Amino acid sequence: MDDRVILRVGAKILIPFIMIFGLYVHFHGDYGPGGGFQAGVIFAAAFVLYALIFGLGNAIQVLPPKAAYICAAMGVVIYLGVGFLGIILGGQFMDYSVLAYSYTGQHYGIIGVELGVVTTVFGVMVALFYAFAGRRRVDS
Amino acid sequence: MTPVEFVDIVLLILLAITGIAVIRTRNLFAAVMLAGIYSLVSAGLFVVMDAVDVAFTEAAVGAGISTVLLLGTLALVGDKEHKPQHTPILPLIVVLITGGVLIYGTSQMPPFGAADNPANQHVAPYYLEDSYDETHVPNVVTSVLASYRSYDTMGETAVVFTAVVGVLLLLARGPLPQRIHHDGEWITVRPGTTREELAAQFKAETEGGGGGPEGGGVDPGGGADPEDRGDTPSGEGGERG
Repeated sequence: MDDRVILRVGAKILIPFIMIFGLYVHFHGDYGPGGGFQAGVIFAAAFVLYALIFGLGNAIQVLPPKAAYICAAMGVVIYLGVGFLGIILGGQFMDYSVLAYSYTGQHYGIIGVELGVVTTVFGVMVALFYAFAGRRRVDS
Repeated sequence: MTPVEFVDIVLLILLAITGIAVIRTRNLFAAVMLAGIYSLVSAGLFVVMDAVDVAFTEAAVGAGISTVLLLGTLALVGDKEHKPQHTPILPLIVVLITGGVLIYGTSQMPPFGAADNPANQHVAPYYLEDSYDETHVPNVVTSVLASYRSYDTMGETAVVFTAVVGVLLLLARGPLPQRIHHDGEWITVRPGTTREELAAQFKAETEGGGGGPEGGGVDPGGGADPEDRGDTPSGEGGERG
């Protein structure tokens, strides 16, 4: 798509805002609509848009499939890590109230587990896209 | 008719039109685009029903990512649908009966959004009244999802991860190297090696004498194989379209 200037320029302008919006949806999930799942999908959509406009080869250079697989697995680890952090700090599994003083702990805990969800969903969506887009049609 | 009801009816009619259009068209590209529109209209319906979190997900996943994945599939299978071989009479009867039973079922459902519905009598009042005092999180959906029910969400995250593992096993990998038992030990052979080729290789080894069991055409241990397969998307990917 080397000749499609409008698409290329438009995508270059849009992609940073899509990523920022993904982060906003994640960190603002306590206060407004959204949360980890939506944020992960939005963040992945930025990469999918990049891959659609600039080609799969460039996208794989930016984010190799292995990195996406690692993201998908690390999210679950982050989620469990927040759970075990509650035990380490003297509470129960998934006990957010020991993470910080008063209700701040709830916010920390929710942002922590949602970070795990974001990482997993982002990795999963990008890996799915690579799995579909990376296949070639075999004409027999 | 209140304005909200009017918007509801307009959106539901649009949903029905889009659904019928998806069935009628034989052009799969148009069908994928219409499915994206269907998701977007559903998202609008969810917004009218005050389920903004669900609407968000529907718009991002249904209208966004899944449309792209379906387009990726169309690039592989082409965008023409064959005419079905069977007559539509039997499916039509099944659909009509099912639809009739479902519509009959709605006549006994409690009215939409009523305060004394069973769904609004269980834990929902507790969450709505007490969740802010207990967590100080203004968005009730988030506090239920990530605090009260964080075990469930942990399971969901694991399910999403498991799902992608399954999809990648099916789509992102070539055939795996095989392990076979030969001459008292297990060896790894390339995928797709037939029995006759193996027999020829073993014969050549025993006749040649040297090299031991790991020589010859049999790929020893498959040491290089996993590296190759790990990069299947990048290897096959390259520049597309």
